[in-house]
Amino acid sequence: MTDRRIRIIEEGFARVLMFLSTSTIVLVLLLIVISILVRGLPAISWEMLSQTPRGGFYFGKEGGILNAIVGSAYLAGGSTLLALVVSLPVALYMNVHLVKRVKLVNTIRFLLDLLWGIPSIVYGAFGFAVMVFLGLRTSLLAGIITVTFFIIPIMIRAMDELFKTVPRGLLEASFSLGATRSETAYRIFLRQGLSGVVTAILLAFGRAIGDAASVLFTTGYTDHIPSSLGQPTATLPLAIFFQLSSPIQEVQQRAYASAFILTCIILIISVLARIFERRYHKNRIRF
Amino acid sequence: MKASGPKIRISHLSITIGGKAVLKDINLQIPEHQITVILGPSGCGKTTLLKSLNRLIDLNHQAKAEGEIFIDGQEILHDTRDVTKIRKKMGLLSQRPYPLPMNIYNNIAFGLRISGRKQKRILDRRVEHYLRLAHLWEEVCDRLRDPASALSIGQQQRLCLARGLAVDPDIILADEPTSALDPVSSKIIEDLFREMKKQYTIILVTHVLRQAIRLADHVVFMSEGEVVEQGSPQNLFSNPQTAQLRAYLTEGN
Repeated sequence: MTDRRIRIIEEGFARVLMFLSTSTIVLVLLLIVISILVRGLPAISWEMLSQTPRGGFYFGKEGGILNAIVGSAYLAGGSTLLALVVSLPVALYMNVHLVKRVKLVNTIRFLLDLLWGIPSIVYGAFGFAVMVFLGLRTSLLAGIITVTFFIIPIMIRAMDELFKTVPRGLLEASFSLGATRSETAYRIFLRQGLSGVVTAILLAFGRAIGDAASVLFTTGYTDHIPSSLGQPTATLPLAIFFQLSSPIQEVQQRAYASAFILTCIILIISVLARIFERRYHKNRIRF
Repeated sequence: MKASGPKIRISHLSITIGGKAVLKDINLQIPEHQITVILGPSGCGKTTLLKSLNRLIDLNHQAKAEGEIFIDGQEILHDTRDVTKIRKKMGLLSQRPYPLPMNIYNNIAFGLRISGRKQKRILDRRVEHYLRLAHLWEEVCDRLRDPASALSIGQQQRLCLARGLAVDPDIILADEPTSALDPVSSKIIEDLFREMKKQYTIILVTHVLRQAIRLADHVVFMSEGEVVEQGSPQNLFSNPQTAQLRAYLTEGN
């Protein structure tokens, strides 16, 4: 066989292989979405969305998943806000103030990646240990704090990845106008990297609302909507976990509805992230 | 400020970056209200020299500097006082424009605001003044709220010049400021430099020989981290003393 023919066969083989793996991924994704749609959509009703479960979430046939929707919104919203307050200064500090300390910043990045990689159940266990130490009971606050720890590395690194791309020339331009490091960070880098900050917030929110393991020990589970930070709360991932194992059809329906709502939220977040990224590019300088 | 004497005096300046000698024992005097052109082939240390003047060299974690730099008789290289003050004395124009990620108006107003001028009336007046100075006002006066990224590269570079002038420096550091520009924009920048030297001391780094001939009052020729020759352009270009400069001139770099 000639060299040319071998290359043609190679090329054909590679193309088929890549096509197959790509279509497998798309197919699996479609299957997941379809199965959630098929089982979740019929379970959605106004009653499901607007009421808390009646007669206990595990046995009661009446009511809906409002407790989990509101609980998850509280939990993800609170922890995202708390994480933002910590993450933004860290990401800016790493990229502006520590611009000379290349080794230190790379070490911080490595540690954050390590934290990112730690399974969320470990964060849950850590949160639980802290709660026991402080004598706290399962509550919304304990959940928010645990989830905050869990999403901080994600948020910092997502912002960091964008701040990293801000060109050195812009930093020099700002400094040569007499700007201090903090002015450069909050007035120049933040603007230039705004799309990254918004993306990081949405990414972290998505992780916070979708994670089951970190809230398993820390938030507890309840039929009621929490009225204070000290009360336990239901969440969507745990609504799926606890209710899907029930033998009662109506309870299972609530689990499928929760899965559907959770998927919708993630979908909306992804779309929003795209839109915001484009919107906040207006003032961004392209280099 | 002394009327006579050099604006900037560099004495025994050596800089290594990651152990490699980039500048070797530089001694220079830069006269006030003139255009000093630093000429030389790529990689000869021109940019490093420029960046050591406003201490941007500090940002390079591998760079080590020895020697002294005096500006108006005051040593700045090892000055532990407010480095932002030193930097504000010098406007920087880099190889390609880096407008700030905000609108045209705020690009100028940013420097004014951080130095404490916040009244809208004053800001409006100053923004217009500096945009006119950079011959940009007519082109942008009806779209001051547009993002700076919407301007052409040539306009962006003039915006960067106006922005630098707004913080009231006495020295302009220009690092090949026309290398990314079209001929028309380049000419505007060159004309501006000629006007500006009445008020500012200008240091222009370039590898374009013709630009050096057009603009220079004083030429410093560098090669491989050393100052090889310096003097008035007439002397230097018509009567080069060293083989390096002769080669550079005939190759017409």
